[in-house]
Amino acid sequence: MIISIASGKGGTGKTTVATNLAQVLGNRVQLLDCDVEEPNAHLFLQPTFTQSEPVTTPIPLIDETKCTFCRKCADFCEFNALAVVGKQVLVFAELCHSCGGCMLVCPEGAITETSRELGTLNVGNAGEVAFVNGRLRVGEAMSPPLIKRVRAAADPDRITLIDAPPGTSCPVIAAMHETDFVLLVTEPTPFGLHDLKLAVEAVKLLGIPAGLVVNRADIGDNAVFQYAEEEELPLLLTIPFDRQIAEAYSRGRMMVDALPEWRHQFIELFAKIEQIVKVNKEAACVN
Amino acid sequence: MRELVIISGKGGTGKTSLTAALASLAVNTVLCDADVDAADLHLLMQPEIRQHHDFMGGKSARINPDLCTGCDTCRTLCRFDAISERLVVDPIRCEGCGVCVHFCPAGAIEFPVQRCGEWYVSDTRFGTMVHARLGIAEENSGKLVSLIRKEARQLAEEHGHDLILTDGPPGIGCPVIAAIGGATALLIITEPTVSGVHDMERVLDLAAHFNVPGMVCINKFDLNPAMTETIENIAQKRNVAVLGKIPFDPVFTHAMVAGKTLLEYGEETPTHEVVREIWNKIITSPSMHSYGIVDLKATIQ
Ligand code: SF4
Ligand code: SF4
Ligand code: SF4
Ligand code: SF4
Repeated sequence: MIISIASGKGGTGKTTVATNLAQVLGNRVQLLDCDVEEPNAHLFLQPTFTQSEPVTTPIPLIDETKCTFCRKCADFCEFNALAVVGKQVLVFAELCHSCGGCMLVCPEGAITETSRELGTLNVGNAGEVAFVNGRLRVGEAMSPPLIKRVRAAADPDRITLIDAPPGTSCPVIAAMHETDFVLLVTEPTPFGLHDLKLAVEAVKLLGIPAGLVVNRADIGDNAVFQYAEEEELPLLLTIPFDRQIAEAYSRGRMMVDALPEWRHQFIELFAKIEQIVKVNKEAACVN
Repeated sequence: MRELVIISGKGGTGKTSLTAALASLAVNTVLCDADVDAADLHLLMQPEIRQHHDFMGGKSARINPDLCTGCDTCRTLCRFDAISERLVVDPIRCEGCGVCVHFCPAGAIEFPVQRCGEWYVSDTRFGTMVHARLGIAEENSGKLVSLIRKEARQLAEEHGHDLILTDGPPGIGCPVIAAIGGATALLIITEPTVSGVHDMERVLDLAAHFNVPGMVCINKFDLNPAMTETIENIAQKRNVAVLGKIPFDPVFTHAMVAGKTLLEYGEETPTHEVVREIWNKIITSPSMHSYGIVDLKATIQ
């Protein structure tokens, strides 16, 4: 089972929920931190990394001794990653989506591929929890291929938790696509509600069942709860604003360790998710 | 003309609330919400939309089953596994590279340009605002960010505004890169948490990489005074000014619920004063004056 934890925007407590859930599930689970721009889960779970490797993506390499400067490659590239200037083909590597099309269209066979580093993939363990994260190289714009690589490192024998990046565009879609459940984390404020609505639209588009965690549940207004009811989005957990939680978080301590009374709440949260996924799968079989 | 871009590495640090508060202090500015993925500034600004434009982004492949001969060429060539065995393109996976279109022997693949979102020019009680909404699951957020920044710049030039205040996107990826290039300075909002420190350092690396001067402001500093000190030390080591420390104050949330900026809401609290000081430091900071021409002080009320 794959559960992605998303939030429309950052800072609502997505990583808190992901890491605490992982902690209570222990050896049944692996956590993939797909927020590759700002990975944070490792700050709480403190994994020991056993493996770390660069993640690369192919980019074209032009052999100018074969090239006739016909411009076919540059005309083809949808992303303006190639330009022919005089007797030179310029490659703007940061714009390249690695589709391989230029290599296929070049009539002279002047294009081969080399690679560009996107970031690193780190694999390790945090106690019993299997842990994987990706770290985007600073200055690198292309996060989805790195997210896909983090996801590919999943162990199918464990429950997979995905800490998704914020937003509703391509990076978060790469993290949520083809998961069994999306746990949405929000705050009961106008910003929280607005971003939750966008996240719900994304989830609907992907056709994945979802549930809600409301964090700092007592700081704002009621609109988020009303919206959840209207949308029939099950409210699976509420976490109040609590200075103790906030302070533990600020020091990188997990809630379930600092305040053990939260353990059973997270265990129950998982049980509810499991139930929804099960019912959903049965419904899918019947249809 | 100057552009101050407000970023935070991660969302939820109070970036948008603070941007709005600064906007209420500035005059003669253009506001730009470059967090196109989850734009929130409009919730406090209640903009009246004056212009409404479609944002046309990338293309997407679509196979016409009537023309398709089932040769499978497209599926073998697509590097993004976007074409299923039944020869249907998954629009979410399709990157719009055009490889399948080009090599389909039957000419069976259409490749229309997609409408990826919308962008607007609006009036607010604090002046003109340029903002946008990226469609769900769309790419090209960097392009949209570049577009609205360019638009904000043009408006500022046309109407003789001194300053652009830009609410930036989270992260360090494509949209942020598009949001900070060529900016005068960055205001980085951080929180005294381990993740806040981590994110701030990543953003400072990015600022250094693109050569944009940064300034730091610590929100909710009293949640962890020791960590606040760590942030101040890091900032000092990296030669980045800490402009101010804002206490944890629910007034931000209350103002947000009321749809107001901090300075418009409620009784004067010490938080109001801190925010005013931060604004003063911004407009008198060396990074906003690197060319030493305009007296930005004239922009404060
Ligand atoms: S298509 Fe090949 S030959 Fe033509 S300009 Fe590009 S690299 Fe050179
Ligand atoms: S691989 Fe694709 S995206 Fe990259 S340069 Fe070639 S055509 Fe452009
Ligand atoms: S390449 Fe063209 S004809 Fe061949 S399977 Fe694809 S769409 Fe059909
Ligand atoms: S346009 Fe590119 S990504 Fe989209 S289906 Fe065709 S080959 Fe695949």
